[in-house]
Amino acid sequence: MKHLLSTAGLAREDAITILDTAAQMATTQSREIKKLPTLRGRTVVNLFFEDSTRTRISFETAAKRLSADVINFSAKGSSVSKGESLKDTALTLQAMGADAVVCRHQASGAPHLLAHAGWLDSAVVNAGDGTHQHPTQALLDAYTMRRHLAGPPGSGPDDAAALGADLAGRRVAIVGDVLHSRVARSNVHLLHTLGAEVTLVAPPTLLPVGVESWPCEVSYHLDESLREGAPDAIMMLRVQRERMSGAGAGAFFPNPLEYTRKYGLDGRRLALLPEHAIVMHPGPMNRGLEISAEAADSPRAVIVEQVANGVAVRMAVLYLLLSGRDAPGAPDPSEGSVLA
Amino acid sequence: MSTTYLLRGVAPLGGDPADLLLRDGLIAEIGAAGSIDPAGRPGEDAATVVDGAGLVALPGLVDLHTHLREPGREDAETVRSGTRAAAAGGFTAVHAMANTTPVADTAGVVEQVWRLGRDAGWADVHPVGAVSVGLGGERLAELGAMADSAARVRVFSDDGRCVADPILMRRALEYVKAFDGVVAQHAQEPRLTEGAQMNEGVVSAEIGLTGWPAVAEEAIIARDVLLAEHVGSRLHVCHLSTARSVDIVRWAKSRGVDVTAEVTPHHLVLTDELARGYDPTFKVNPPLRTQADVDAVRDGLADGTIDIVATDHAPHTREDKDCEWPAAAFGMTGLETALSVVQATMVDTGRLTWSDVARVMSSAPARIARTDAGERPQGRPLEVGEPANVVLVDPAATRVVDGAAQVTASGNTPFRGRELPGRVVATFLRGAATVLDGVPVERPEGGVA
Repeated sequence: MKHLLSTAGLAREDAITILDTAAQMATTQSREIKKLPTLRGRTVVNLFFEDSTRTRISFETAAKRLSADVINFSAKGSSVSKGESLKDTALTLQAMGADAVVCRHQASGAPHLLAHAGWLDSAVVNAGDGTHQHPTQALLDAYTMRRHLAGPPGSGPDDAAALGADLAGRRVAIVGDVLHSRVARSNVHLLHTLGAEVTLVAPPTLLPVGVESWPCEVSYHLDESLREGAPDAIMMLRVQRERMSGAGAGAFFPNPLEYTRKYGLDGRRLALLPEHAIVMHPGPMNRGLEISAEAADSPRAVIVEQVANGVAVRMAVLYLLLSGRDAPGAPDPSEGSVLA
Repeated sequence: MSTTYLLRGVAPLGGDPADLLLRDGLIAEIGAAGSIDPAGRPGEDAATVVDGAGLVALPGLVDLHTHLREPGREDAETVRSGTRAAAAGGFTAVHAMANTTPVADTAGVVEQVWRLGRDAGWADVHPVGAVSVGLGGERLAELGAMADSAARVRVFSDDGRCVADPILMRRALEYVKAFDGVVAQHAQEPRLTEGAQMNEGVVSAEIGLTGWPAVAEEAIIARDVLLAEHVGSRLHVCHLSTARSVDIVRWAKSRGVDVTAEVTPHHLVLTDELARGYDPTFKVNPPLRTQADVDAVRDGLADGTIDIVATDHAPHTREDKDCEWPAAAFGMTGLETALSVVQATMVDTGRLTWSDVARVMSSAPARIARTDAGERPQGRPLEVGEPANVVLVDPAATRVVDGAAQVTASGNTPFRGRELPGRVVATFLRGAATVLDGVPVERPEGGVA
């Protein structure tokens, strides 16, 4: 295991290992003393070229609970436009001896470059790159679905049933701005690997050309997908404000009201879902746009739990990436064994 | 005094071996292999013999689409380094694109580039003039002044940008008729390609880079061939890259529209699958397309729909490529690999003969640019009395491309590490060797008269 850059190509067994490890991590988090000594003396750098307080503090919390030293490197705007190049930043981190680099970047492929350009020996974790991938988000989503859906329908969270399980036969609807969403891309691949049946629901303008090659179904109609698809989980994607204006590439839909009318999750649509279905959102939410307060705050919503699960999943990823790694220069006994 | 060269036993256009005598800048004599005596007649200097066994002789190659970067980006390429690379690739003339700093949109700038080419002497440099002031796409540049200048500009292009405004394109097409000029269009509908990074399709959808849809090229080509037909002007389509672009040009030619089209070597072989590694070496505009497009442009080149191969040689510094894909510059070098790629994709596959290669890489581009006549004509046949612009190619040789070992000042070749067939052994510009034994012949500033 060397890097976590994408859920595409992540093997089923490896994904389940991460989810099971996350479950073990989660049990330690209900203790009074939450900190484990596992990564004492290791350094994790949070290299964020794009603001994301939520993701950064989730990774920071995960690393600190494993006793790693955490350095937050906010490099917003420093690379693409002007200032230090990604290469020089990488060389700096290499010189400082970072064991893992958690990278968030507005450019698709930047973490891939960090991992493969030869600038850096560290493990690289993709914390979201452009419109490409956000693998730990997909893993925490899968973890959350597995807790709630592994047992018999309607039985609620069941950690015992979840252990070792996949999501075979579970139906998941992912709704909203798929075109610009790294969360959607990561989820489609991981959920497919875990055996789930994924349906993307979006206006045609918010689906990429080429989506037909993805291992999922596509629908333009949310009501129909809810009625006929009977999803076990529905994931609402955030719609960025800039997608609504006529500037740049133009508005992707006529106006927010129409979007909400056709693709928003409200109380009426909530009632169309099966009894046991859960409501998810990667956050931050636009209440009243893609999701109503009624849906967001309903007992079926697991949105706050997703945040908690994010810490456990990121602990598992950092643990699996770093625990097998020896001191710099020594051969890596776990290379190639767990993650791509 | 220029050296006299006897090219012994070369195969002109891949035909039967023959001797070619190059003297006083001209092809002085052509005879059966072994028939010409290098000692010459009394009073003549003895000729230097070049053993041409196994070598194909072609007319000096002419590139209609070269970025020499000077003035402005001399850190990436200069007229001197770029024409030296051209010679190494078998070219005796290049057409230097206008997107320099300052832009080649006045007689002054085109004459500067033209003069730098004369001084360098590795290959003839014909500046391309900008269509619009500053490539701004708003007002016509002084096309007439550039045409009348010492550079005698006949090709006009905003390459790098599209002349998107239909009325500006119409005016340009009409205006250049006065001096038999041609507008070379970079076909890219700007609104459909805002922020575009790579071909829009299966790969872009998966790897999350903003798509450059094929239709953004095709829509402009369709509009432009209709405009050219309407006003009766000459149109040249730069670096056509999609299957439907080939269809549109084929249709336009069937209607008698005076349109010509070019394809780059890289679009003849590389596809958007190469973007998966996020290596900006493969970032180019227009982007690498799909295998179906590659097949279609090969078909188009083979059946004559596409008239020429042009390199779109676009050198970039390491800083501009050693970075995140969206931050990287568009473009790849091409002068030193073009002939090898054409051999691999078109000759070795039986789609083109060497005679066809001479057409698509020498005579046709010179004809389009009207550089086949005048004081220093290019793209002429290998016949007695014609200028001695000759390239000798060893088609049996192979080599592994190494960006750092290229003659161009930049190393951004997409063929790095690939084995390619063919090697340029010698290049002659008006009888003077610019390349011998595969190595550029060092020369003082001043050039070849």
